[in-house]
Amino acid sequence: MKRDPRDMAAPLVMIALTLTGWEAAVRFYAIEPFVLPAPSLIGAKLVEDRILLFDSLLITLGVTLQALLLATLAGVALALAMASSKWLERAIMPFAVVAQVTPIVAIAPLLLVWLAPAQAVLVCAFLVAFFPILSNTALGLASIDRALIELFDLYRAPAWKRLLYLRIPAALPQFLTGLRIGGGLSLIGAIVAELAAGAAGQGSGLAFRIVEAGFRLDIPRMFAALALISLTGLAIHAALGALTRLLLRRWHDSARESE
Amino acid sequence: MNVRAKIQRETLLAFERVGKTFSNGHVAISGLDLEVRRGEFLTLLGPSGCGKSTVLRLVAGLATPTSGAIRWTESRLREKIGFVFQEPTLLPWANVFDNVFLPLRLAGASRAGAAPAVFGALERVGLRRFNAALPRELSGGMKMRCAIARALVASPPLLLMDEPFAALDEPTRLALDDELLALQAALGWTVAFVTHSVYEAVALSDRILVFSAHGAIVEEIVVETQERGAAFRSSPAFAAHVRRAFQAMERTAEGKIG
Repeated sequence: MKRDPRDMAAPLVMIALTLTGWEAAVRFYAIEPFVLPAPSLIGAKLVEDRILLFDSLLITLGVTLQALLLATLAGVALALAMASSKWLERAIMPFAVVAQVTPIVAIAPLLLVWLAPAQAVLVCAFLVAFFPILSNTALGLASIDRALIELFDLYRAPAWKRLLYLRIPAALPQFLTGLRIGGGLSLIGAIVAELAAGAAGQGSGLAFRIVEAGFRLDIPRMFAALALISLTGLAIHAALGALTRLLLRRWHDSARESE
Repeated sequence: MNVRAKIQRETLLAFERVGKTFSNGHVAISGLDLEVRRGEFLTLLGPSGCGKSTVLRLVAGLATPTSGAIRWTESRLREKIGFVFQEPTLLPWANVFDNVFLPLRLAGASRAGAAPAVFGALERVGLRRFNAALPRELSGGMKMRCAIARALVASPPLLLMDEPFAALDEPTRLALDDELLALQAALGWTVAFVTHSVYEAVALSDRILVFSAHGAIVEEIVVETQERGAAFRSSPAFAAHVRRAFQAMERTAEGKIG
């Protein structure tokens, strides 16, 4: 199951080439740092502002993970409720769809009126992460092999054993797909809400640092915060991908690497 | 086995004018009378869609009759039925041990308490060494063996099998047929087996009920033989039974057209 190190070579070479080209272009054309800072300058800024940026990173990351956790609990609970009752499914689904199709940018200002900025950010991140987890888990629970359900019927399995030994493991792959999508969206939701809060944002996450740096025309710091957001997104993506492989690699095709 | 064939067997369960009409209006069977006798290997033989699978599902309680009744001589027997489906129907995330353990786990047994029974069942189907393997690592024949081990782990008095070997290649199928006969002889099961293969029906059964396309029993064939397996399959008696079964099947096919 070990990955071939050569698989890592291609993206690393591409990243190195891009950064080198970027650095060279900035120096060759003498581009001003407030238009496009060189990677070396962004790196220096990351080191220089490390305390400020790291605090902001922790705030954004904390909100993102809290929102993802809440979205997971709520999404799974609602999906289970919907799977147990067609009536509930029909009753809940329209609300979930409305919450999903309404752009979060449009909801954020309203949330900021109602709630303290920190709570509004959390709710925004929750709202966007919630739907993919709900819909994927519900899909997983709804598409359990009929033959396996009959097997449990045959043995007259009580509901909780059915849940434990059939429905949860059977829906796990789709749930994890929802979780991976939700993980990415939850960061986006947190960033969007922080941006909407703008200067009013007392909780100073990474997006607030971007707004702040924009006002001060401190473009290198803007890039530094942006780089941290990207890295946070990558880290969430990688962590959830690793979790998926850990849970599914032995039996599910979606997590198997080519052998 | 010769002793087994001569015993006058008591009835385990009986269908009394049983009918099953599905909600879409399709009549699977109607007014069906049949009985399953203790210790026999009974085969329901007929073309696809003749309702023979429905009979098994009614016995297992996976469907309920829309008319008539199913009478059991001992009602507690119906709680402990083994069923081998057309597909292996294994849990893809669980290894061979856990798949076979499932019926006992659902009945409330602990893993440690059930282990001897599970390993015993695996031993009987030749999968003892594969207890930690996942279904996707097994061949088609091994998956079916695993499904059989799961069906027999709770020592059911009645084993229902719905074309269990239909998807397997011929050599694997013959091997599993013979293993099944040996298991039945050793454990004294009652087996109700569904197939559309005349050869398989004759090779395995004590008694064959030939179904028409409309779900009626058109012929009962009793197979009495001293020996089973390859020797029986190449004997004149086997050929005679096969011919008789084919003739019954052909009559029902003509009836369908007419």
